[in-house]
Amino acid sequence: MATVKKFLYVNRKAPYGTIYAWESLEVVLIGAAFDQDCALAFVDDGVFQLVKGQDTADIGMKNFSPTYSALGDYDINKIYVEKESLEARGLTLDDLQHLVWEDEDEDWAEKDSIKVVTAKELAEIMDQSEIVLSF
Amino acid sequence: MKFGIQINEGPYTHQATDTAYFFAKAALDAGHEIFRVFFYHDGVNNGTRYTSPPQDDRHVVNRWSELAKEHNLDLVVCVAAAQRRGIVDEGEQERNGKDGNNIADGFRISGLGQLIEAGIESDRLVVFGD
Repeated sequence: MATVKKFLYVNRKAPYGTIYAWESLEVVLIGAAFDQDCALAFVDDGVFQLVKGQDTADIGMKNFSPTYSALGDYDINKIYVEKESLEARGLTLDDLQHLVWEDEDEDWAEKDSIKVVTAKELAEIMDQSEIVLSF
Repeated sequence: MKFGIQINEGPYTHQATDTAYFFAKAALDAGHEIFRVFFYHDGVNNGTRYTSPPQDDRHVVNRWSELAKEHNLDLVVCVAAAQRRGIVDEGEQERNGKDGNNIADGFRISGLGQLIEAGIESDRLVVFGD
């Protein structure tokens, strides 16, 4: 398939409570097989999806948060987190999982996947994307 | 223009599928093409023929089936989302050992790759949902 489009997956909801976060991740993982230009954005309560140390034992649901650390292996290394959403929830980058990817052009150097961006910057990223899927 | 449509909410609780239906109808009436309608999350519940709303209400499922028949639309229900929510066609019935199936006319069950493909092949992918 020759066409490569810029996909942006926008995650807006908390990880458990509703199924949107998990079913979004399922699309991202399937989509990765299509060799498209993929990016993820986390806004509003969606920023909670990346919080480290999640424990779902008491709610009887699968803790799918370890899956995010596999995104780098799927060549998904553009993960944008909205600054305003983090701040409104008393979170900082340190509260999130440390997601990395390996750059094959630089001898597999490990690089950070998460980039904190302002709402304005995220609006530009959305503007430059061709397919915006919101969950 | 060629449109892809994604519907993320089920019938009646949310207006998403109604809005998507009117959008699809208007696009087709204006001479545009619908590459595919993809049903995801609770949107898969738009694809069961067991839906029986009161006589004086719109029939969301039949409306899609009729539009599909009229315009040869490709209505695709996500298999992973469908399995969780009990939307079953003959193939799924056999695979999962169920005692029946409920897929509505004009709908088919397939994978998430169909959604990605709709994004690639369409000029615009329009998402309807919460």
